[in-house]
Amino acid sequence: MAKKRLIPKLQLLPSKLIPGSMSLVTTQNFKNSIEVGDPVSQAKIYEAQAVDELVFVDLSYSRGVGSKEAIVNVIRKAAEEIFLPITIGGGVRLLQDFSLLLNNGADKVSINSAALEDPKLISDAARQFGSQCVVVSIDYKKDENGSFRVYSEGGSKKSNLTPLDWALKAQNLGAGELLVTCIDHDGTKQGLELEMTERICQSISVPVIISGGCGRAIHFTDGFRQTKAEAIAAGTFFCFQDQSPMQTRSHIKNAGIPIRIHT
Amino acid sequence: MIGVVDYGMGNLLSVQNALSYVGEDVLICSKPNQLNEVDKIILPGVGAFPDCMKNLHNRGFVPKLNQLVLESKVPILGICLGMQVMATEGLEMEVTAGLGWFDANVRLIEPGVDGVKIPNVGWENVQFNEESLLFDGFIKDPDFYFVHSYYMDCKNEGQVEAFYHCGKIKVTAAIRRENIFGTQFHPEKSSDFGRSVLLNFLDF
Repeated sequence: MAKKRLIPKLQLLPSKLIPGSMSLVTTQNFKNSIEVGDPVSQAKIYEAQAVDELVFVDLSYSRGVGSKEAIVNVIRKAAEEIFLPITIGGGVRLLQDFSLLLNNGADKVSINSAALEDPKLISDAARQFGSQCVVVSIDYKKDENGSFRVYSEGGSKKSNLTPLDWALKAQNLGAGELLVTCIDHDGTKQGLELEMTERICQSISVPVIISGGCGRAIHFTDGFRQTKAEAIAAGTFFCFQDQSPMQTRSHIKNAGIPIRIHT
Repeated sequence: MIGVVDYGMGNLLSVQNALSYVGEDVLICSKPNQLNEVDKIILPGVGAFPDCMKNLHNRGFVPKLNQLVLESKVPILGICLGMQVMATEGLEMEVTAGLGWFDANVRLIEPGVDGVKIPNVGWENVQFNEESLLFDGFIKDPDFYFVHSYYMDCKNEGQVEAFYHCGKIKVTAAIRRENIFGTQFHPEKSSDFGRSVLLNFLDF
């Protein structure tokens, strides 16, 4: 059985400092973005710190400023220098978007809003490119009645689906992996949402990556102990703290969880 | 010059980038005759076994590969599905004849047993044969990145250079027969260990 995976999630927005380029940013509850630096340099550092994969999420589409050229430039550069599996998401609406990203160095493509609008995109993409490169990203939060619901368009549009129903449907349509993020926990550093996460992990047979809320090393070990998730992704945690993936990995390993220790 | 077989499937850019990074000249070969110009061949692959064989046949690669690899002994490295199609047959979706360079069939990893999920995605420690050229200079049990639902079941254990356990199944991680090499994992996605495997192949 493959080891648990630790994945930095690099969120991207057009840079305010260097026009025309993309910046690594962090968010809180999908809002309040803070510009951190150059995404490829940071990704290269993560590779040196022995992370298992990289996930890039282009937030510019959900804010109405997306450009395929900008994201393609980032992936091309990343793929030339970094030899790890790379997932790209954000603004993927068409099969042509899959081709474009895969041909420019992505190994997997994650889809979110477009799949909710047209679930057939999942099965079409799985048939054309293989399930292994179709990641369905599911963002969810508690609605005004306290029930978990799936949200799209960067957390702004509520759907009637529960995260579990949508996860099952996505899997049945051919998703090779799920990336589930709790919006309420995003960027809060208060820990992962474990209740819904575990219900999803229990019911799903494809690998599940969970994210949103890691602020301390114990949040990773809690995530792996209390759910069957295959991987945990974190953005803010690796951007702002004196905690490298290498240290985090040691914490996880010392808690008795099988994870890659690369020396 | 290293030739990468382009038969319309697979992430050629990653393989090309990894080879360029270690300083090799790469020729992407979409026509069989282009392979005459290269010293070594890489057969990448992502997708399904039947499609892969169909594309190799349709583009005329099968006779050329047989000639160069079996007669002229040009070194070749198959990656992932590119390794699997070197088997006698694939059992993915339908029974499909492979290149037949290894007495093996390619079968599904049974999910569910011991928490095994497919596709099996992630890093696995592999145990390698100490004589293995691909793993020359490696520490014990290095880890590599895998993404697959099918595995190559080799009849000739002596051709298995490395393996890992997935539940009760012994999954072939690397194979060799003279000048023919294959890895189930993706060296081009396995960071520095992957790079070392590529370099060992290039040194052959």
